[in-house]
Amino acid sequence: MIQFDSKELSSSELEGLNAHFQERIDAEEKIEPKDWMPEKYRKNLIRQISQHAHSEVIGMQPEGNWITRAPTLHRKAVLLAKVQDEAGHGLYLYSSAETMGITREELIESLHDGSAKYAQIFNYPTLSWADMGALGWLVDGAAIVNQVSLQRTSYGPYARSMVRICKEESFHQRQGYHILMTLMEGSAEQKAMAQDAVNRFWWPSLMMFGPHDAASAHSAQSMKWKVKRQTNDELRQKFVDQSVEQAKAIGLTLPDPDLVWNEERGHFDFGEIDWAEFDRVVSGSGHCNRERVAHHRRAHDEGSWVRDAICAYEEKKRSREVA
Amino acid sequence: MKERDIDQTISVYALRLGDDALILGHRLSEWCSNGPFLEEDIALTNVALDYVGRARNFLNYAAQLRGNGSTEDSLAYQRDCRDFTNFLMHELPRGDFAFTLARQYLLDEYEALFLAELLKSKDSDLAGIAAKSAKETSYHLRRSREWMLRLGGGTDESHRRLQLALDELTGYTTELFEMDDLERDLCEIGVAVDRSALFDRWFSAVSKTFAEANVTLPPASWAVKGGRIGFHTEHLGHLLAELQYVQRAYPGCRW
Repeated sequence: MIQFDSKELSSSELEGLNAHFQERIDAEEKIEPKDWMPEKYRKNLIRQISQHAHSEVIGMQPEGNWITRAPTLHRKAVLLAKVQDEAGHGLYLYSSAETMGITREELIESLHDGSAKYAQIFNYPTLSWADMGALGWLVDGAAIVNQVSLQRTSYGPYARSMVRICKEESFHQRQGYHILMTLMEGSAEQKAMAQDAVNRFWWPSLMMFGPHDAASAHSAQSMKWKVKRQTNDELRQKFVDQSVEQAKAIGLTLPDPDLVWNEERGHFDFGEIDWAEFDRVVSGSGHCNRERVAHHRRAHDEGSWVRDAICAYEEKKRSREVA
Repeated sequence: MKERDIDQTISVYALRLGDDALILGHRLSEWCSNGPFLEEDIALTNVALDYVGRARNFLNYAAQLRGNGSTEDSLAYQRDCRDFTNFLMHELPRGDFAFTLARQYLLDEYEALFLAELLKSKDSDLAGIAAKSAKETSYHLRRSREWMLRLGGGTDESHRRLQLALDELTGYTTELFEMDDLERDLCEIGVAVDRSALFDRWFSAVSKTFAEANVTLPPASWAVKGGRIGFHTEHLGHLLAELQYVQRAYPGCRW
């Protein structure tokens, strides 16, 4: 990798590099790991990709919570395959982040010390089997809307990992929807279970797109650098529009009395998100905040002797080969 | 045996093999999000997935022969502890990584030999399931054998843990090679595998690996058995409570 130390460049040189960088972005060129990039672009992307990677990995927990209790062998197999995909997505994304000069070990450390974030929705507990449906349909559904847009992000390795991830995510969303559809064709208790799950996960799913554009700290610069291709509010609207019809088709009600078609806008209007609730969960008062990180830390710590064993074994093998 | 009796006997046999796969798959799936690193998390859930698939194939066949509206799910979710016929080793709690991989290795060597014989079964359904499973097991074996070498030849800590796991597992290997009348009858008509005949090859394979890994499978001074007649450890009831929870809490529903 070619290293440019921005501090050694004169301000006019730096200005030139910055201008050239923006020209490339404007011309829809992809930025590759060896290319010069502003330090803020690099930091911004590491933050975003690491958050994305950690979300995939932490997201394994609420779903893993139901693998051993899935109600049929078919559902169990599909859920296992899905969670395995999520782990795979985590791997692609950690690799993308590593192209920016940060190690997986450092990324994991930041997750453990709380400086790196993951999607807040995984701080909500999964309490019934229907939650596997709601998570698949709404959470993966929201993730797809975001990720489809990110297939055109300006950083090459990130964009390419999104292309692979999107292919798998649409299967995830379908499996979630199918769980809910089956429940809605079932007994009164099953229908109530499905509706309850949607009631709990609807609003947190809308929060997944982040603050309103006007309040988003990173939005404007991210749009200019084409890290983001559509704003939080645009993506959220797209998600609401697609979800309304899907909910109706299987008899689910979305828990928002203000949800109404707006002919003039050609979109659904919807109620205001409870941002106090969002802040509450972000700042640590979700049901599972401490548990999710503690679980990851415990698995990581318990695995340290295994990682040490591999290193020692490989080292011994190498020295035998040399001798 | 009359044809109907043969079908019912094969059904019991398929159920045993299905139970083995289901219960081990369950234990492996408990590793999801608990692996020592992400690649290993994926590998363990992948093996779990193979076993759940294998369980479905065997249980589905058992249900088909059994009739009376049985399905893979009624067999998995609506029987109690005493009706399950898996080997005891499969139901033991997952333990640490060394325990899970040591159990897996002992069973992969066993499965490789067992499935190679089941492939020759005169029952084409069983032979078909064996063919698919044998491919998976050859991958599993390559991986678990490599882990025996890594753990045995890694650090003092990994060596200690692996040896401890083998000490805890040795007495559960005996029943893998013990036949009862039902399996002997099916063996005579070319349907089932004579498991007692697999021991020597199994023992020689695992001994070779353990010698290389500098650990030993202690000679069995104790042997706990009973899986095939539903005489289980206390662990199985808890596993079933979890596995069957939704179907038990909401009986008669489609999921």
